[in-house]
Amino acid sequence: MAEPSSPPIRFELRRGAVTALPLAVAVGLFGVSFGVLSVTSGGMGALPAMVMSATTFAGSAQFAAASILAGGGQPVAAIAAALLLNARYLPIGVSVARFMTGGPADRFAKSQLVVDESWAIAARGEGEFDAGRLIGAGVVLWLAWVGGTIVGVIGGEALGDPATLGLDAAFPALFLALLASQLASHRTMVAAVLGGTIALALTPFAPPGVPIIAASSAALIGLLRR
Amino acid sequence: MTDIWVVVAVIGAGTMLIKAAGPLTLGDRPLPARVQSVVALLAPALLAALVATTTFGSGQELIADARVIGVAVAAVALLFHAPVLLVVLLAAGAAGVARLLGVG
Repeated sequence: MAEPSSPPIRFELRRGAVTALPLAVAVGLFGVSFGVLSVTSGGMGALPAMVMSATTFAGSAQFAAASILAGGGQPVAAIAAALLLNARYLPIGVSVARFMTGGPADRFAKSQLVVDESWAIAARGEGEFDAGRLIGAGVVLWLAWVGGTIVGVIGGEALGDPATLGLDAAFPALFLALLASQLASHRTMVAAVLGGTIALALTPFAPPGVPIIAASSAALIGLLRR
Repeated sequence: MTDIWVVVAVIGAGTMLIKAAGPLTLGDRPLPARVQSVVALLAPALLAALVATTTFGSGQELIADARVIGVAVAAVALLFHAPVLLVVLLAAGAAGVARLLGVG
């Protein structure tokens, strides 16, 4: 330990973790659902599923890869779908890069805790992010995702699919709440409307993952003169 | 079986590199002003895309189900400046109740 963490950082870590708690419940149950899927017939198996949750830590990409494999699809197709879905983490990673401190190993480790939800919780508006909040939320969500996967793998089909009821509405609600706090200027509103429209317009035509990456192009209006 | 491990390894390594690319290459150097003004708009653009696709998306289809009711309740709660935690819980609760009642 080179330096003790100062109170504000600890405060932000805790704040990120607490904000992530209700989502951790939803994420954990989706993890259970992923675990159950992996041990049903045609699934990838218990150990690969747990290793994947711990290393990939990205729900939509993992579900996409698992369902392609279960449907008898080629490994190449599963890999392409998952990486395409995760390509949004490239612009997301760029947006938080400036706020991550430490050497390469430190930054690599912190960047692994970036998922949609932890990134959204860390957003302070005006392109500012809080690394402490991101890490606090990321750790809680990682534990929930991996823990949920393990429960699903062990419980198997006896558990059924818990990803029903209203859990799936928790995610758009969080993103909407965080978007609302971002809409400070006319420009951010235009970028949001444009981004949402691009994503919806492309969904029926483009492969999964592409609409969200394409939506990031809405940020290019930042190049226009005010 | 080996195929599955190749898939797990490539997706895991690929995702780690994608996530780390920005933080590793950009460092904490300040970006040029024009680039920074684009990066600042990434959050609203991507958040809106996530709102849209997680509300209406079902694979490559767009559908309106109980999630729309949940998100509508969230929007009303936000108008009343409810805290994020409450917004998320209300949305999940409203969508769950809607589904139990057979709506969506």
